[in-house]
Amino acid sequence: MDEAMIGSLIASTLRVSTPLILCALAGLLSERSGVIDIGLEGKMLFAAFAAGAAGVAFGSTMAALLIAMGTTVCLSWLHGLACVSHRGDQVVSGVAINIIAVGMTAVLGIAWFAQGGQTPAVSGDVRMQSMMPGVVAALEGVPVVGNILGQGFLSHNVMVYLALALVPAVWWLLFRTRFGLRLRAVGENAHMVDAAGVSVARMRYAALTLNGLLCGLAGSYLVLAQNASFVPNMTAGRGFMALAAMIFGKWHPVGALWACLLFGFLDAVAIRLQGVRLPGIGEVPVQAIQALPYLLTVILLAGFIGRTVAPQALGRPYLKER
Amino acid sequence: MLGISKRFGPVQANADVNLTVASGTVHGIVGENGAGKSTLMSVLYGFYTCDSGSIKVNGKAATIRNAHEAIALGIGMVHQHFMLVDTLSALENVMLGAEPHVLLHKAEALVRSRLTELMASTGLKVALDALVGDLSVGDRQRLEILKALYRGARILILDEPTAVLTPQETEQLFGVLALLREQGTTILLITHKLKEVMRLCDSVTVMRAGRVVAEVAIADATIENLAEAMVGRKVQMGRVGDTDKAPGEVLMRASGVHVKDAMGVVRLHGLDIALRAGEIVGVAGVSGNGQSELLEVLSGLLAPGSGSLAVGGREFAAGAWIDPRTARALGVAHVPEDRHERAMVMSFAAWESAVLGYEWLPQYCRGGWMNHVHMHKATVDMMERFDVRPRDAQLQSASFSGGNQQKLVLARELGQSPKVLLVGQPTRGVDIGAIEFIYSQLRAMRDAGCAVLVVSSELDEILALSDRVIVMNQGHVSGELPIAECNEHTLGMLMIGGGSAKGAQAPRAQPAAAARQGTGT
Amino acid sequence: MTSHQPLPRWADLVVLPIVNLAVALLAAGFMVWLVGQNPLEVITVLVHGAFGTQRGLSYTLYYATTFVFTGLAVAVAFHGGLFNIGGEGQAILGGLGTGLVALWLAASLPAWLMLPLMLLVGALFGMVWAAVPAYLQAYRGSHVVITTIMFNFLASSLLVYLLVNHLKVPGNMSVESASFAASAKLPSMHTFMQWLGVEWPNSPLNTSVFLALLAAVGVYFLLWHTRLGYDLRATGSSARAAEYAGINPKHQVIFAMGVSGALAGMVGMNEIAGVNGRLMLEYVSGAGFTGIAVSLMGRSHPFGIVLASILFGALFQGGAEVSFEVRGFSRDMVVMLQGFIVLFSGAMAYVLAPAVAWAVGLVRGGASTAKGAAHG
Repeated sequence: MDEAMIGSLIASTLRVSTPLILCALAGLLSERSGVIDIGLEGKMLFAAFAAGAAGVAFGSTMAALLIAMGTTVCLSWLHGLACVSHRGDQVVSGVAINIIAVGMTAVLGIAWFAQGGQTPAVSGDVRMQSMMPGVVAALEGVPVVGNILGQGFLSHNVMVYLALALVPAVWWLLFRTRFGLRLRAVGENAHMVDAAGVSVARMRYAALTLNGLLCGLAGSYLVLAQNASFVPNMTAGRGFMALAAMIFGKWHPVGALWACLLFGFLDAVAIRLQGVRLPGIGEVPVQAIQALPYLLTVILLAGFIGRTVAPQALGRPYLKER
Repeated sequence: MLGISKRFGPVQANADVNLTVASGTVHGIVGENGAGKSTLMSVLYGFYTCDSGSIKVNGKAATIRNAHEAIALGIGMVHQHFMLVDTLSALENVMLGAEPHVLLHKAEALVRSRLTELMASTGLKVALDALVGDLSVGDRQRLEILKALYRGARILILDEPTAVLTPQETEQLFGVLALLREQGTTILLITHKLKEVMRLCDSVTVMRAGRVVAEVAIADATIENLAEAMVGRKVQMGRVGDTDKAPGEVLMRASGVHVKDAMGVVRLHGLDIALRAGEIVGVAGVSGNGQSELLEVLSGLLAPGSGSLAVGGREFAAGAWIDPRTARALGVAHVPEDRHERAMVMSFAAWESAVLGYEWLPQYCRGGWMNHVHMHKATVDMMERFDVRPRDAQLQSASFSGGNQQKLVLARELGQSPKVLLVGQPTRGVDIGAIEFIYSQLRAMRDAGCAVLVVSSELDEILALSDRVIVMNQGHVSGELPIAECNEHTLGMLMIGGGSAKGAQAPRAQPAAAARQGTGT
Repeated sequence: MTSHQPLPRWADLVVLPIVNLAVALLAAGFMVWLVGQNPLEVITVLVHGAFGTQRGLSYTLYYATTFVFTGLAVAVAFHGGLFNIGGEGQAILGGLGTGLVALWLAASLPAWLMLPLMLLVGALFGMVWAAVPAYLQAYRGSHVVITTIMFNFLASSLLVYLLVNHLKVPGNMSVESASFAASAKLPSMHTFMQWLGVEWPNSPLNTSVFLALLAAVGVYFLLWHTRLGYDLRATGSSARAAEYAGINPKHQVIFAMGVSGALAGMVGMNEIAGVNGRLMLEYVSGAGFTGIAVSLMGRSHPFGIVLASILFGALFQGGAEVSFEVRGFSRDMVVMLQGFIVLFSGAMAYVLAPAVAWAVGLVRGGASTAKGAAHG
């Protein structure tokens, strides 16, 4: 493998991982507060649609981002309404959001743009461009590291760097602030937190709001940085992969980051490995590599790779007992 | 606290209770289960509001509507079930909800310095950076006390603090409490352990059935009269239904039963018990001294760490303990203590709950196919014989009143003509009218040659039913008496673990192999 | 998902679902109006398209057949206290099993042997695909919801792999297996009715609809008339009471999921054996998730599930008709409605309960709100 290949592999990995990272962080915040979030997929899809539609309608990146994030925050609040304010089943609510998203994005897409559910391509100025094209070009000629550094690390748009920056940000929020301490406590022993005078519902809604914002970013990325338009069902299971990554990362931001990078890497490798014969294994079917993230998560959950300890209060609605 | 009254539905938990505690003293509040001690303290801590009465703290009238107002008044409570987050450190647990700063590292520094001072002055040592999940039970309790003190508690309420402690940890706790008293903290100790009260307290209030029956300074009290006050009833002679038949052969024998719960606390210390045909054995004692575990072990719900069981001609040892289905097949019936969770499936109709545990019997199930007609008929029969109302076999189990549910459960278990009958809290939540009926049914079982074990936290019940009384204390049998020798003095002493009555079992030496953990409840 | 509300039982089983459905329809209708359609027009065309013609009815029932299988699957798991989101993957595996055995043996076995064998293998494959997550839940504590979601993806990866790399007919463009021999095809309703002397249009509806009905009846008897069903429901309702009765909760988890997976696996008989006669990529396409909606609407009871399946079948078929006749409408509206139904009948099922209880109280003159579940 030459350096151009390494460079492009790194670049691919980062680009594919970005929406996963954002979604995994979103799921993490919600689940750390004790609310299961199966609806990551649906929210990301909705955000992608909203970004695509708004990008075309308003011709502004900012508008697209804000509207996408606003939409997903509303969806997260809906989830909260069903599960936190009323004792609805968290899994069912998440599944409902996924199904509604698939349907509604197509319905609105057809109604507003009449392109079979697709949104028209967002114009170039709205799309996110590479941040430092000049640097990349300059590094092109540098031997050995040029391509790796340039192509691999420095050629990306702002959202990739934002996602990477959000990892330490979320870590800091969770482990270095008062809010984070209370959030973690709510997910472990809501009763104790209530007795200490902190509102359980308020903490969970705060977590869900952040969750919505991050999902919005994740979905927007798909349209503003990756594709150019919204295509029905374009998330293609990424939300679930992010869920898997979060679990694989043991509900820790840095762990989730590594898991997302791993899954992104597998995705990047899958295309390149097609038709390639590996020594001793023969040709690896692309589906096997695509299935690897899910398989790894199952193996992890079965306890074969270390112990997974989910937040204790996860999935249990908080009932004040008097 | 003056004239506190609190009612929960039909139950008068507190009736006109007066409690006066001098500051800087340790005051014990003792009583059996259901005496009203916890309710009283919950009123003080703001979990409940009293129906009538008033509270004065440091001379000033106070209304306490929730825990925060209590904390603001300097009242702190250490609950029986700790309110701690296992995955956070001790420091973080203390801090939660009262963090002095948004940024954790600054908050921690502030809290740490204050806590270190507090730990030094009170002698309460806890590893502040250890995860609570790694701390021992004693440490966790110390942490709870620290939490309360950190929030400025000058009045500290401790609810059954020694229930989960080892003897060494109990000693350490006593030391801490003594020190705190010296520093002027007022301590309220809810307990049923009179020996501790005698050692620690300056004064004590004895409660019974929601009322205060005695309030004395320790200097003027003896353990005997406290026990009598706590138990306080005369044993009736010449009870109904007594026969002179001697008990028959042993139908169930358990030996050396040793149970440790999930936290590592020993619940049963190598216990021995034998149940004879034609005899009702009553297990007395304050709830939480191993009686529940005893019932679960004998009925097969819980496998002990070590011990053996002989019943129905078969022997069972710790590694291969009896299971509930085999128990029933061998003629052991079990009326569980926890009616709602165990005895019935609340969402099932009565005719389905009526065969719970017996659904595999040939009269109900042939080749896997359930015989609804027989099940209905059996239910109707049961309802007739035990006067269960309403007589509606289709009604959901949850819709029956507590008393009728219990009657149905009894009808089911007794209806199988068991050889051994294990009963937990037979009349809890049952109305007066049904109680005598249930007692007569239990006596009838005994007269028919069944070996009956009754566990009850109601001493009246034990005295009314038993031929032989076993008193449990701290996972031991502290004494065993034929009913004729039972009076409030002997029983009270046995219940608090004092006195050496015949049949008391010394704690068994651990078997050579380290006692394995029993599967916890 | 036990309920804690003072609604009388009939209101809980009949009124509340209807109310939830009505709210879902309102929400969907609002969306329809929002995109410039006329909700009433849409509904009329939909109902006519689903039931108005024999052909329409036929399609409705064909869709309903698959939903009955996946709905029953979810329901059996619910009764055991578990949420089986893996119906999608289990159905894929079931179809795979059915198809594989058909490809392997159809040429050499007669139909009366082949078809039951296909059913058996399909159910078995589905059962195994559910039993593995069940085992992991019971013995390793892995959350069955997450593992079944993962298994859904694994199933579709497996299907793609097998089709692309092993089963595809070389030289063909489409990703499909070879066609099965005649003995591996379930007769279509058109053929079956012809044999009875009745005119019936050509459509995907096939005799597996009878299998679906049988399955519904079978599940009913299993749950409420056998000891296995008794033990399963007891565990799902109160694991502690089941323990007390000597029932092993771990065994029940595996049993419930196993039966659930087997039911989902029967989808293969409809789609693979009944309609397509070959293995292909898309034969489940969301039916596993529709099964969740169907089970929620049908209150996890086989009878309700059959009705709800017909409802959803009607929505799918009627929806297709509407998308032909009404410009701008598409099948996705039905998907959206399905989502609303899951939301209102599932997650928010008891949001409306107080309102319903109040209304019921009004109707019965106030006495009924005090009646109902009086706890001891």
